[in-house]
Amino acid sequence: MRNSNRSVSIPLHQRLVPAVYILFLMLPIYWLLSMSFKTTNEILGGFSFFPQDFTLENYMEIFTDPTWYRGYLNSITYVVINTVISVTVALPAAYAFSRYRFLGDKHLFFWLLTNRMAPPAVFALPFFQLYAAIDLYDTHIAVALAHCLFNIPLAVWILEGFMSGVPKQLDEMAYIDGYSFPQFFVRIFMPAIASGIGVAAFFCFMYSWVEMLLSKTLTSVAAKSIAATMTRTASTAGYELGLLAAAGALTIIPGAIVIYFVRNYIARGFSLGRV
Amino acid sequence: MCIYAASITRFLALSVELRNVDKVVDGMVHIHPVNLLLQDREFNVLLGATLSGKTTLLRLMAGLEKPSSGEVLFSGKNVTGVSVQKRNIAMVYQEFINYPNFSVFDNIASPLRVAGKKPDQIKQEVGEIAELLRLSEFLDRDIASLSGGQQQRIALARALVKRASLVLLDEPLANLDYKLREQLREELPRLFVASGSTVVYATSEPEEALMLGGHIAMLHEGKVVQYGKTTDIYRRPGNLESARIFSHPPINVTTIVKSSGVIAIPGVTEWQCPEVFRDRPDGEYLLGIRPHHLSLTSPERDARLVTISGTVQLAEISGSVSLVHMRINGNDWISESGGIHPHSIGESIKVYMHLDGCLYFDRDGTAIY
Repeated sequence: MRNSNRSVSIPLHQRLVPAVYILFLMLPIYWLLSMSFKTTNEILGGFSFFPQDFTLENYMEIFTDPTWYRGYLNSITYVVINTVISVTVALPAAYAFSRYRFLGDKHLFFWLLTNRMAPPAVFALPFFQLYAAIDLYDTHIAVALAHCLFNIPLAVWILEGFMSGVPKQLDEMAYIDGYSFPQFFVRIFMPAIASGIGVAAFFCFMYSWVEMLLSKTLTSVAAKSIAATMTRTASTAGYELGLLAAAGALTIIPGAIVIYFVRNYIARGFSLGRV
Repeated sequence: MCIYAASITRFLALSVELRNVDKVVDGMVHIHPVNLLLQDREFNVLLGATLSGKTTLLRLMAGLEKPSSGEVLFSGKNVTGVSVQKRNIAMVYQEFINYPNFSVFDNIASPLRVAGKKPDQIKQEVGEIAELLRLSEFLDRDIASLSGGQQQRIALARALVKRASLVLLDEPLANLDYKLREQLREELPRLFVASGSTVVYATSEPEEALMLGGHIAMLHEGKVVQYGKTTDIYRRPGNLESARIFSHPPINVTTIVKSSGVIAIPGVTEWQCPEVFRDRPDGEYLLGIRPHHLSLTSPERDARLVTISGTVQLAEISGSVSLVHMRINGNDWISESGGIHPHSIGESIKVYMHLDGCLYFDRDGTAIY
């Protein structure tokens, strides 16, 4: 009860505001969870705050029906491929922006960010046509590459921020000690910005995970994403709202797991690595 | 180039020569053409104010920067294009630079590991150096958990353990607290010279330079204005810039007039022209007098003195030394005397100027001896 003094000193109305706010934020998530444990009939039947007829049927179905769980596997596959590509490509790019001056470096750096400003829908059609022409349509790599369009610039910006926080003398120190550039980069520099790499990977993961339009446009069967599976509201069996709610609840989990590892650095990620 | 590199690493100590080296960045001259020969196994000091080019000179020697023109020679061999990795040097920065993700032991061991030494040999050598710098008890610790002084000792240990031919120290003690600075300042030259390295030590503090001894290169606005033995240059600076750089508190400089065997500070005082000066034509010259040659107390009887009077502008007492800023005939002078001499602002006082401490310069700043 160490906090008792503190909680007494805060008047009720001041505690009420954040409490209401948090409640407001949690409500949709609660509703989703609650729905996922209801049958579709109960959901359509009327208003109820708790599942009257508690069921795990919806989850069972997702884990046993390949059209459902393959959606997750497909999504995870292209998201991981995308994250690996984005971070791998962004590392040397961010190092160049952080450490060297070259012709047009500032313009190029800013131009990278503008890639994030266009809505993905703009790129859906050209990607679709291009991938269809070169036989990449409906593959994991197709979606992973398409997502690189926004994720590489983002990763470059985040990593550049973290890298610029490391004094250049560290690089020089390593050269003086005799490290070659690749040795220095892998053994000294990457561990020094490990948190930045984690944050960049997290943001790539999240954006790729929640992006729906491109993943839906660029896949049909073999690499169909969970977002595409989930957004069909009706199937041959009619409305399956409980099932959709369960699927929705499950999509939150990967993000929650990933965010756990970088929870202390997220704020720096949102400021693109700048302090 | 590779043949050079191989032969460099075989030498232990080496001489460093800069031949017409200059550095221009974006049209700004950072280093004017420099010719400098630093002897092997010598302790060399680069003394100059901030932005005088000390760090740039060190970086040129290290190979971290390429000269815009000119050559860098190690023991007579041109190493201008040789990479940093192959130069077998060590460097310590003013900021405490260590590998953040390595333990203290791994930090010190790093150059030995890269060189491919055996683990038990590394362990022994790191142990010895850690003992020397009193780091033994920290070897397993994380860098981040140590104080600045400890971190800088680790950086110094890493530079020592490498037994590099050339060790470059860029104001290594500037960010340390006073006590540690005093202590390391005493130990450093001994440690590095004993290791057989040629040392170049950059500092902005004249007192530090004096304590370190060895040879000294005086830097002013990207030019080496004088190079020689530290004590010689302190006693007989070759020019006004050297005298200015090497004086703390700042040296007093004033115009003097020589006419027929008498030297006068116009409107203040005059004295007999010294021997060396006698053959010079009459006219205006410059006088430099260090603050401690202007004392508030009358010194021993047979010293050659003139007395000067002025008004006190500011009196500072630091421990056992009194600094008095005063105005003499429209010029600001500083006097430094041992002991506590409280004076109030506006007070008229008399100071004794030691004629033996007078430095005479031409109008262009060349010293006259």
